[in-house]
Amino acid sequence: MMEAFKEHKGIAAPLNRSNVDTDQIIPKQFLKRIERTGFGEFVFFHWRFDDDGNLREDFVLNQLKYENATVLLAGDNFGCGSSREHAPWALEDYGFKVIIAPDFADIFYNNSLKNGILVIKMNEEQVQQWMKKADQGLTLDINLEKQEITDADGTVVSFDIPAYHKEKLLNGWDDIALTLLEEDAIQAFEEKRA
Amino acid sequence: MGKALTVFEKIWNKHVVKEEEGKPALLYIDQHLVHEVTSPQAFEGLRLNGRKVRRPDLTFATMDHNVPTINRENIKDEISKKQMEALKKNCADFGIKLADMYHPDQGIVHVIGPQLGLTQPGKTIVCGDSHTSTHGAFGAFAFGIGTSEVEHVLATQTIWQDKPKTLNVKVIGDLGTGVTAKDLILAIIAKFGVRFGTGYVMEYTGDAIRKLTMEERMTICNMSIEAGARAGLISPDETTVEFLRGREMVPEGDAFDALAEEWLALATDEGAEYDHTVTIHADEIEPQVTWGTNPGMGAPVNAATPTIKDADNPEEIERALKYMDLKENQPITSIEIDHVFIGSCTNSRLSDLKKASKIVEGKKVKEGIKAIVVPGSFLVKQEAEEIGLDKIFIDAGFEWRNSGCSMCLGMNDDIVPAGGRCASTSNRNFEGRQGNGARTHLVSPEMAAAAAIEGHFVDVRKYVGVPS
Repeated sequence: MMEAFKEHKGIAAPLNRSNVDTDQIIPKQFLKRIERTGFGEFVFFHWRFDDDGNLREDFVLNQLKYENATVLLAGDNFGCGSSREHAPWALEDYGFKVIIAPDFADIFYNNSLKNGILVIKMNEEQVQQWMKKADQGLTLDINLEKQEITDADGTVVSFDIPAYHKEKLLNGWDDIALTLLEEDAIQAFEEKRA
Repeated sequence: MGKALTVFEKIWNKHVVKEEEGKPALLYIDQHLVHEVTSPQAFEGLRLNGRKVRRPDLTFATMDHNVPTINRENIKDEISKKQMEALKKNCADFGIKLADMYHPDQGIVHVIGPQLGLTQPGKTIVCGDSHTSTHGAFGAFAFGIGTSEVEHVLATQTIWQDKPKTLNVKVIGDLGTGVTAKDLILAIIAKFGVRFGTGYVMEYTGDAIRKLTMEERMTICNMSIEAGARAGLISPDETTVEFLRGREMVPEGDAFDALAEEWLALATDEGAEYDHTVTIHADEIEPQVTWGTNPGMGAPVNAATPTIKDADNPEEIERALKYMDLKENQPITSIEIDHVFIGSCTNSRLSDLKKASKIVEGKKVKEGIKAIVVPGSFLVKQEAEEIGLDKIFIDAGFEWRNSGCSMCLGMNDDIVPAGGRCASTSNRNFEGRQGNGARTHLVSPEMAAAAAIEGHFVDVRKYVGVPS
């Protein structure tokens, strides 16, 4: 059972780069673990840490003001490349509940939703505007039920999400349990083909 | 006659278990391929919920990402070892066939599927690996999934899918001598970018595609994911049928002929419509080399790196050049390399190794270069050795390894060191892909072989008698 997602209010951090691939989100040396948890400390590992393990000052998420960020503002085609679900596991474990980007890579988008992360496709102009504001400190209130994002000035922006994904997130439904309700249809399909 | 359909639509229609307006469809999965990295958490999920694997007979597992390519009997990396042992236990507990690292069927999952004949036209195929798109070369709808979806397929043999749109990539004319399928797909991604396939299934059509061997088609479909596509597809034809004839997992005799008829009927109908079509002229393609940090950042070997200020995305280009330690406007042929990797699910099949061996035969790898060949499977290695390819490579100064994913992603010990620069036949040149701080240039096996000899990128056509 996944945790239900209804509303979330949190600090937004900007990662203004296009085509961020899942090799950057979670490098390969951390894929050897057989657990689902504990990946957060390795997120963006080589961007966050230098070769001696010190925090890189020039990496945006290392800035103190984003320490408690829970909303990630990202560039186009976020999460491209490898299908590793360790990427959303790491982002979630690090503390991100919502990711907003102009577009996401296909597999990453699905993987995130399966882990209760709300991934929102938003026009580039709006994302850029929020990225600028985030520099001065931006808190976003994301309401999934209403499909609305409210920023600190009270500006409300609506977003799209397929109804099917919305319903699952709101209820925290487990995909497999839902599919097993279709057991008869699956069996009938198998018998028809046999 | 009904409506003219694409190969994708025909496969889709045959696999819908349930479909409702405005919702994803529930698709039946014919073949599930499993490897050690993206499956342990899925099996754990089944255990926690007391669920079984619905169709172990439609599931096949191997070890490829972590496996060492040398000293396999003595794995020092305890965490890797644990992950491989977990797969062994999971397969035993849930009744799944496993080609472990000592098994004669072992190899990169996308090499052994076709090799065994598990990959067949018309099938829906999934694997917790983005390069599952490779199998689309056979006219199968094949795509990579995450671990939650792996668990879902294990438990239900189905997957929820939004129906992708169709993109026709029509390739006409002939590829020049010395220009390969790898150059074609790299050129396509360089031209249209790493996200032009997002939301689409890319079907490759046109006379240039028809002339390709199955191994070349696999190279093309393999990299469809680098264009962002859900899957790559090529309509089955006689080439497909002949490749599969006699393979272990396909029937024999009349049963095979009947199946072949069905396969051929899956080909896209004359007049079928696509959501979008692009056309490529094969004769305009030159050998390619990527210079940047995503597979779309590539250029013909005789060109140069871009000019930052002229680019649409100057910041991205500048950042990539900085990571790659290259200047703008730098000729590609001036780039010196210190590593060469011939392998990966893109280019590790017998024909790839044969072509690379022709370039290096009787020559020597330039001093200071570490060059390795990693065959895609046990069988590829064995077949290559039967015709003496191992000797050609070893005599030239290459290391000849056992099969696995190896230096494509460096999950085992095959890593390019920080600051190292590799001519690689793999599929991703992301920052740190082959090792933290490593720089990757994607090329064809022939181009990688020529770079190994000369120490920098060269137009391989001079080796095959074509003036550049």
